[in-house]
Amino acid sequence: MSDPAAALATGAAGDGTAPRFHLPVEHHPENGTLLGFWLYLMSDCFIFACLFACYGVLGRHYAGGPTGAELFDLPIVAVNTSLLLLSSITYGFGVLEMQRGRKGPTLAWLALTGVLGAGFVGVELSEFAHLIAEGAGPQRSAFLSSFFTLVGTHGLHVSFGLLWLVTLMVQVGRLGLTQANRRRLMCLSMFWHFLDVVWIGVFTFVYLMGVLP
Amino acid sequence: MLSQPEFLRLLFGRLTLDSIPYHEPILVATFAGVALGGMAVLAALTYFRLWGPLWRDWITSIDHKKIGVMYIVLGVIMLLRGFSDALMMRVQQAVSFGDAVGFFPPHHYDQLFSVHGVIMIFFVAMPFVTGLMNFVVPLQIGARDVAFPFLNNFSFWMTAGGAGLVMVSLFVGEFARTGWLAYPPLSGLAASPDVGVDYYIWSLQVAGVGTMLSGVNLIATIVKMRAPGMTMMRMPIFTWTALCTNALIVVAFPVLTAVLALLSLDRYVGTHFFTNDLGGNAMMYINLIWIWGHPEVYILILPIFGVFSEVVSTFSGKRLFGYASMVYATVVITILSYLVWLHHFFTMGSGASVNSFFGITTMIISIPTGAKIFNWLFTMYRGRIRFELPMLWTMGFMITFVIGGMTGVLLAVPPADFVLHNSLFLVAHFHNVIIGGVVFGAMAGITFWFPKAFGYRLDAFWGKCSFWFWLVGFYFAFMPLYVLGLMGVTRRLSHFDDPGLQIWFRLAAFGAALIALGIGSFIVQLVVSFLRREALRDITGDPWNGRTLEWSTASPPPAYNFAFTPVVHDNDAWSDMKRRGYSRPLDGFIPIHMPKNTAAGFVLAMLSTVCGFALIWHMWPLAAMSFAALIVSSIVHTFNYARDFHVPAEEVARTESARTLLLAGHV
Repeated sequence: MSDPAAALATGAAGDGTAPRFHLPVEHHPENGTLLGFWLYLMSDCFIFACLFACYGVLGRHYAGGPTGAELFDLPIVAVNTSLLLLSSITYGFGVLEMQRGRKGPTLAWLALTGVLGAGFVGVELSEFAHLIAEGAGPQRSAFLSSFFTLVGTHGLHVSFGLLWLVTLMVQVGRLGLTQANRRRLMCLSMFWHFLDVVWIGVFTFVYLMGVLP
Repeated sequence: MLSQPEFLRLLFGRLTLDSIPYHEPILVATFAGVALGGMAVLAALTYFRLWGPLWRDWITSIDHKKIGVMYIVLGVIMLLRGFSDALMMRVQQAVSFGDAVGFFPPHHYDQLFSVHGVIMIFFVAMPFVTGLMNFVVPLQIGARDVAFPFLNNFSFWMTAGGAGLVMVSLFVGEFARTGWLAYPPLSGLAASPDVGVDYYIWSLQVAGVGTMLSGVNLIATIVKMRAPGMTMMRMPIFTWTALCTNALIVVAFPVLTAVLALLSLDRYVGTHFFTNDLGGNAMMYINLIWIWGHPEVYILILPIFGVFSEVVSTFSGKRLFGYASMVYATVVITILSYLVWLHHFFTMGSGASVNSFFGITTMIISIPTGAKIFNWLFTMYRGRIRFELPMLWTMGFMITFVIGGMTGVLLAVPPADFVLHNSLFLVAHFHNVIIGGVVFGAMAGITFWFPKAFGYRLDAFWGKCSFWFWLVGFYFAFMPLYVLGLMGVTRRLSHFDDPGLQIWFRLAAFGAALIALGIGSFIVQLVVSFLRREALRDITGDPWNGRTLEWSTASPPPAYNFAFTPVVHDNDAWSDMKRRGYSRPLDGFIPIHMPKNTAAGFVLAMLSTVCGFALIWHMWPLAAMSFAALIVSSIVHTFNYARDFHVPAEEVARTESARTLLLAGHV
């Protein structure tokens, strides 16, 4: 308990009088939002863990259909990966500007983040459309079911992140970098980096290992 | 242009008039009863002009105490539904022998046991423990509310929305016929093409999101909002168990969400996760759902262990024996609960090594649990025990739960499990621990904290009736099932040929009738206590000579809980305060910072429920619209920055001086 009010209250016990059993001033517990958001992220992590586990079990159940080695176009996925990783860096720059209290540059970095994120979702959608057009849709085999679900769930998260980003940009634009908005920006920052980390898992586990014989 | 039938099909999906089971007399009679009852309630609300207060003080309330009470009310209502399903099953199995087919065809009977399990776990036991945690934890740690009050309201209404979907399935369409965990391939599209499994999926998805968020909420509350001086090892045991339970919720419920999402993809999109063809693997579902399901068992029982710890030390007038060992036992159970899931399907054929591992971890769990039982016994040893109602439930628990625990250890032995798997022995075992543990504990908790919530105690006579009917009824209802299980009778059967078994089923039905009297007595107890509330009034706020902070404030507590944030110097803070001559501060009040009520949680949860209903019936336009509305309203809600206010110091002073007067008059 770091807050000075607590020291005030407990300090009374030392001088031989009866201890104080209440705080005479307002108690300000620490804000739990960032911890709560961490907890949410960890629970989300378990959803991804389940999807990774499913891919681990079903990832080679081709049912006579196409394999990862036949389907995955690694150069495009590499471009996509760099888009997402770059967007994490630009978000980081946005947070640095936020800490300097500069609204304009913060918004500019956020906008760039959004563009990169939208590029990522766009490339992923075109990859999906291409696979489905080839007859390698999620209904083809358990491998493709688990592939589409894992990658698609990640993409869905990024899309919600984009929606959130736009909303937050409007709010920062209207109200500025208030305490509430800074807290929200930090939450979205954690969310965005978390999706980055998950994507590194997807890239390695699904794409790189998927093209191995 | 679409033709009219096509248009209707687009609008209503699979829902047609034939989906309403008006040809089933039992359901029509039930519907008539529910409709009449519902209309009576609506009329009463209108007549007494209660719509406004209901909306302002309850539905949109973000007060953790009111949300806690609403959880318990939901649990009681759903208990009545879940128990009537149980009674029907007991009656069916008691009469359906040889030529007699009983009252329920298999099609209906299969829904009965599925819905019974789903309701009892998700919509009775969960609301009971979540409600108790919501009500008690902030009071025990000296906080004004939970960390995220709006989210708390939203969580409750999501749970209520899920419960609503299950209730709707009774009159519109049907429920799953798959058992309470809906194993594929039976729950897949090929074997269950109708809406039953979809009701199952969406009611649990809606409720599951609520539960997960309330887990996040309570962890943040316990970690960040404890009163000054309350270190982790000074937290009341109930708060400790709540912390562990919510940690389990946060890591277990996402698994349920994921596995149900995969099942719905199989059903809606045509993927092949759990199908028999094109590479699917049904055992993966069973593994995943039990990776949620086993921690779920401990999510239910851990807070109940906390309730018993509070009750035993209060009514023995002693500090809890072995506080630290109780904490460590709770933490060890929390961790181990994640390492035993496979014991639910030893017969899957994972091989001897895997089965031995999970058999041994399962047996190890009985060690910390046994330690807890001894802690309670040693707390009672040389205590001045008062046999009030919560203590009766606790003692009934200790005996019953030990029996259930021992049959559990029997089942943990893989070779024995091969004989007993899916038998009535298993059914008897888990009812033994869930009724003897969770239900008795919830009853103990409700009677223990009822005076705190409402300002008067529950009537002791009807409480004792309820306790004895439950206790004796439980033994009559489930001991015969152990016998039947050992004879090899499997679960979920609606008809038997061997007349030699019938006497055991009749005994079990008699037991269920006794339990019905127990539940009836509880309802009578609520009514009688309300009528006698002046005689049972608790002025002091501390009717049981309690030991933890919730008893230091008024009953019912003011919205802000404590006029001043308490400062904690010892375990059992309130006991310590009383011992060292604490006196209530009478002046110097300051404004209190509080969260504001909001309708957003209710609106979002109802939209989710509508979206779930639309998805169940394949009403795509409605589903899309309600989903879009959900997103838009969430965004609109984030534009509301004015979420709190200050209770003026004068108002605090007024409330507190009213209490001072009351206390003065009392002494």
